[in-house]
Amino acid sequence: MSVRVGKAAGAPAFPSAARKLVQNSQLRQNLRRATDTIRGKRNKVVQEMPDWQELRDAAHAIKEHTVRHLDFYLERFEANCARAGGHVHWARDADEANAIIVGIFKDHGYSEVIKVKTMTSDETQLNAALLAAGIRPHETDLAEVIVQLGDDEPSHVVCPSLHRNRSEVRQIFLEKMNLSELSEAPEDLAAASRSYLREKFLRIGAGFSGANFAIADTGSVCVVESEGNGRMCLTLPNLLVTMLGVEKLIPSFDDLEVFLQLLPRSATGERMNPYNSIWTGVAPGDGPQEFHVVLLDNNRTGVMADAEARQTLDCIRCGACLNSCPVFRQTGGHAYGSSYSGPIGAILTPQLQSLEHSRSLPYASSLCGACYEVCPVKINIPEILIHLRAKLVEDGYPPLAERAGMKAAAVAFADGERLAAAHKLARLCQWPFEHDGQLENLPGMLGGWTAFRDLPALPRQSFREWWAERQGGRA
Amino acid sequence: MRISLFVTCYNDLLFPETGKAVVRVLERLGHEVDFPSRQTCCGQMHYNTGYHHDAFPMMLHFLEVFRDAETICAPSASCVAMMRDHYPKMADESGDAALRRAVDALLPRVFEFTELLTDKLEVTDVGAFFPHSVTLHSSCHSIRSLNIGDKPWRLLQAVRGIRLVELPSRDQCCGFGGTFAIKNPDVSAAMVSEKIRYVLDTQAEICAGVDNSCLMHIGGALSRQRTGVRCMHIAEILDSTDRGGAA
Repeated sequence: MSVRVGKAAGAPAFPSAARKLVQNSQLRQNLRRATDTIRGKRNKVVQEMPDWQELRDAAHAIKEHTVRHLDFYLERFEANCARAGGHVHWARDADEANAIIVGIFKDHGYSEVIKVKTMTSDETQLNAALLAAGIRPHETDLAEVIVQLGDDEPSHVVCPSLHRNRSEVRQIFLEKMNLSELSEAPEDLAAASRSYLREKFLRIGAGFSGANFAIADTGSVCVVESEGNGRMCLTLPNLLVTMLGVEKLIPSFDDLEVFLQLLPRSATGERMNPYNSIWTGVAPGDGPQEFHVVLLDNNRTGVMADAEARQTLDCIRCGACLNSCPVFRQTGGHAYGSSYSGPIGAILTPQLQSLEHSRSLPYASSLCGACYEVCPVKINIPEILIHLRAKLVEDGYPPLAERAGMKAAAVAFADGERLAAAHKLARLCQWPFEHDGQLENLPGMLGGWTAFRDLPALPRQSFREWWAERQGGRA
Repeated sequence: MRISLFVTCYNDLLFPETGKAVVRVLERLGHEVDFPSRQTCCGQMHYNTGYHHDAFPMMLHFLEVFRDAETICAPSASCVAMMRDHYPKMADESGDAALRRAVDALLPRVFEFTELLTDKLEVTDVGAFFPHSVTLHSSCHSIRSLNIGDKPWRLLQAVRGIRLVELPSRDQCCGFGGTFAIKNPDVSAAMVSEKIRYVLDTQAEICAGVDNSCLMHIGGALSRQRTGVRCMHIAEILDSTDRGGAA
């Protein structure tokens, strides 16, 4: 099995990728504006829900239950989807999924395909596989169009072009759509993309989508979106192929009641998505007449084996954790080097792709807890980050200097007397770096601190020394 | 009331003035303070960085040192959060049921400093006088883990002479995050630069908080840029009276 998560295997470590990105003034400005706007909208529509916490608990329970009995629900979905005329395929990894999908389009002689926004196809790098087979994929979600035409990578699970602003979008459209004139007014940009896309909707007979939910007891698939471009891809073509990660399953149609309240409010700050498409197999004379579903594992079953971290698979990709994350706010999604960025990406990518490829990601968080607070399915992301760090330590990955420092601190923290002695020693060692009560230019890893901030020198007297002196005086 | 002070390793070594202020405030309110000298660290740095085998004996040590304490006060929200969020799990993972019982018996007696004042001692006016303009940073663990709400704010409101200014985006992380600031220095610096911009926007002289770790970070950036604005632990403000004190 070869597990691939976008281009994460070859991505630079988070701190070095982030170093460049935090210096990009345009990016920082775009990120502040975009995340502030989405957060504001989300907070407003969440606050009006009296049963928000109960909904979160329900969603968490449904997802935990489904993941525990996934074999049962997957087979149930397969049977019900097939009964309704769908073809179900199973893919162990990204390559297998891509091969199945390419094969279906090739068998039918298609050389172009229109795509609904899906992060899963970025995970498997489907577009590259399609192109290699001579099939041109056309993204149709506005943000994905911006990413595709700009030869860019998605930076957000819901808003893949979050890092771009209007004038950048205008520039990309002008160049790639061969337009002679275009203003940066949102309605003009939307009109340009509309005429660009409509031609494709009407011409191309093959569609591809991801899914938000797959419903086991009916064999239905659900996609929610804001633009209606997804609806075009799901209804106009004759052939439709859908790929979904196996964790997208929910047991019954009724469960949508919970998720369709949580997802739009968390993702885009909408009370309801403008377009909720739910379809079951094929309907003669209406919509695609051939429908395939590819169920993708790509090591999701491996993640399931870790009881502490398996709740990672509960994620419904709303992006609320990204929008609330103070780290993502500074770097954007590209620093995470994967299709999945922000806090959820920091726990999902290293688990899917094994820790070897993304060792810096579990540390790309200050553990502030904002992600856990907004997560609509209550994934305890900080807890899982710590769990993954512990696995890295167990496997001996952190640098020697860190491990030695931690060991030395652990020895000092074994008892009060040792701590007092360590304090005296540290006070002696700090003099080469001490200037007017501040420590400057500290060596090694600590240099990262003093590069940007002052650090007070250790005071002459520790608290415990003051206390002992005071007690002595009183005795 | 007899209150045992868990000053925390951080305050012990780097911010002794905070510990002294806690002692003086509690004594001023008529309580008896003791300092078990064998105390060290709650284990937070090791635990959060993934060194769980090293954090475990620190928890055992804490439980032993404070086993008989009536009430424990820690002037650090993140250390209290470490205990409440992780000690039960650490005890469970050891498979030692007696250890879990010891954790459950001790945790209800552990209070963060402002929690102790408002919840246990039921006091908001501690008789402080502090004629300065102050803004308040809401540290992540204090609000998201301890659910401390407006307790520090109410304590500051009762201080005479103070001029309180609300901090914009006060609940946004300052970017300290323990070893995060060392492992991701550029992102951490970007985060603190945003935080100090908010602080400077308030025009306050002092940025207060309940965690000296965050305050060292914010204060370090304020100092590096020679902003003339400084950070102070809330205990030091509450310790100030019209007859002098930390100011």
